[in-house]
Amino acid sequence: MTVFYFLAAFLLIRRLVKRYKLSLIYPKWASMLSTATWVIIVIYIGISTTLDHWAADILGAAILLGLLQYVDREPDFDLQKPYLQANYPLVAIGFINGLAQLMAENFYEKYSNYFQLATLAAFVWIFSKFANSNKQEEALRLAAERKAELEALVSARTAELVKQKENLQEIVEELKATQDQLIQSEKMASLGELTAGIAHEIQNPLNFVNNFSEVSMELIEEMTEELEKGDKEEAIAIASDIKQNLEKIRHHGQRADGIVKGMLQHSRASSTTKEPTDINKLADEYMRLSYHGLRAKDKSFNANLEMNLAENLPLIDVVPQDIGRVLLNMFNNAFYAVQQKSKTHGAEFKPTVAVTTTAQGTWMVITVRDNGTGIPDAIKEKIMQPFFTTKPTGEGTGLGLSLSYDIVVKAHGGKIDIDSKEGEYTEFTIKLPLK
Amino acid sequence: MKILVVDDEADVQPLFLQRFRKEIRNNEFDFSFAQSGEDALNYLHSSPSEVVLILSDINMPGMSGLELLSHIREDFPTPPPPVVMMITAYGDEENHRQAMERGADDFLTKPLDFNLLKEKLKTFNE
Repeated sequence: MTVFYFLAAFLLIRRLVKRYKLSLIYPKWASMLSTATWVIIVIYIGISTTLDHWAADILGAAILLGLLQYVDREPDFDLQKPYLQANYPLVAIGFINGLAQLMAENFYEKYSNYFQLATLAAFVWIFSKFANSNKQEEALRLAAERKAELEALVSARTAELVKQKENLQEIVEELKATQDQLIQSEKMASLGELTAGIAHEIQNPLNFVNNFSEVSMELIEEMTEELEKGDKEEAIAIASDIKQNLEKIRHHGQRADGIVKGMLQHSRASSTTKEPTDINKLADEYMRLSYHGLRAKDKSFNANLEMNLAENLPLIDVVPQDIGRVLLNMFNNAFYAVQQKSKTHGAEFKPTVAVTTTAQGTWMVITVRDNGTGIPDAIKEKIMQPFFTTKPTGEGTGLGLSLSYDIVVKAHGGKIDIDSKEGEYTEFTIKLPLK
Repeated sequence: MKILVVDDEADVQPLFLQRFRKEIRNNEFDFSFAQSGEDALNYLHSSPSEVVLILSDINMPGMSGLELLSHIREDFPTPPPPVVMMITAYGDEENHRQAMERGADDFLTKPLDFNLLKEKLKTFNE
């Protein structure tokens, strides 16, 4: 039975070779392990041919024990401990076998079958452990591989996410810059729409300035004639007419001046200076600008403008060009809505845009109402969103209402309400705090 | 000759009164003013046969000059129908075509050349 101890030792060494063949520590052990393999074989042949059974058994068990102890103490082979333990029963049985044969030969002979069976059982135990732990190790190895794969995957994903996050941050920065540009171009776009209106609005006062100054020159000539004739009364009457004309000239000059100033304010990048502002004047100015702007594009278009402006309204602290922009946007939308409706309805449709100002409690309330196409329920929720527009591509930026919302609600602490019935009317209510 | 001037700008009134100061004094022209198409129609209905010549702006809030022109041609066909001259700041083809189609006698652009207008009015007066 001596062969089993050497077989066990042989298996252990082969196992170490197999397990560590691919590991980093293998070169350190390679020659020693292969030497050990041969040494075991040689010792086995030597012992089995020269010694008695009992001595061969004890020596075999001792060699196996020594090998086990050696491997057990070697930290490189820590993982093999469970397997090593499976070898000890065989070692113990080896010693018992040897001693039994030496000291109780008869007894051993009588029960040799049992001794052999025990040896075989111990070896089978080792072998089963060997096979079993092979499977376990295979499973562990697979699990470790899988884990490594997962870890690699996780770190790859993490890197990807970090990169995406950085990209997104860049995009957000770009978007912010683009938004600022868009706000500016929305201002410029609405200014562009206004140009014709502005031209018309400036042309009218300029005509008056020119006409009244020409007529005043004629009047002065007449006055001189009257004075020469000695008709002092008539001369005084003419003088008062001239004075009136000069007032008209000044009035219309200021009118043009106000329009140009308003236009400059409108195009200026951004000012956040709040100043006491006459809302009625602002509403009147921008209503006209908007109307004439649209008329310049569509000359057949005509609408009733209703201005219900409450008298004696207090001035309120707002950024005039911003609120002007809001009103302009509301008026432009209103005129657009009635214009669209008048295209489909005949002459019986009377396009009307009305602006009303009142003071209610602590609020200044401005309503802009039109009897145009109205807002379908389906899009009511969306109209304040940036870039939402019902206009054909290129005609609207989709920023008008969203900017208006920002200006009224965020910058001025006010409110915007919408009331509309599709096909009938739309009414925007802007509330601004009086103080 | 009675002339009705229709324009939404109120200052048109003193301007015309002064520009035609001499003519008014010599009773050549008599001006009335209306600030909208609706006002003008009301005025014409209240004194149908007085007005000989109408000068109307086209671009006015509410009833436009062109609509007013159509109403005048419908409501006052009795001979002699009033002479109607249209005035606009937008001296474009479309307005001109429409004015002529609706029966305008003349088409003027702003800024008005008052000397030219005077000449024209005088030819109608003769």
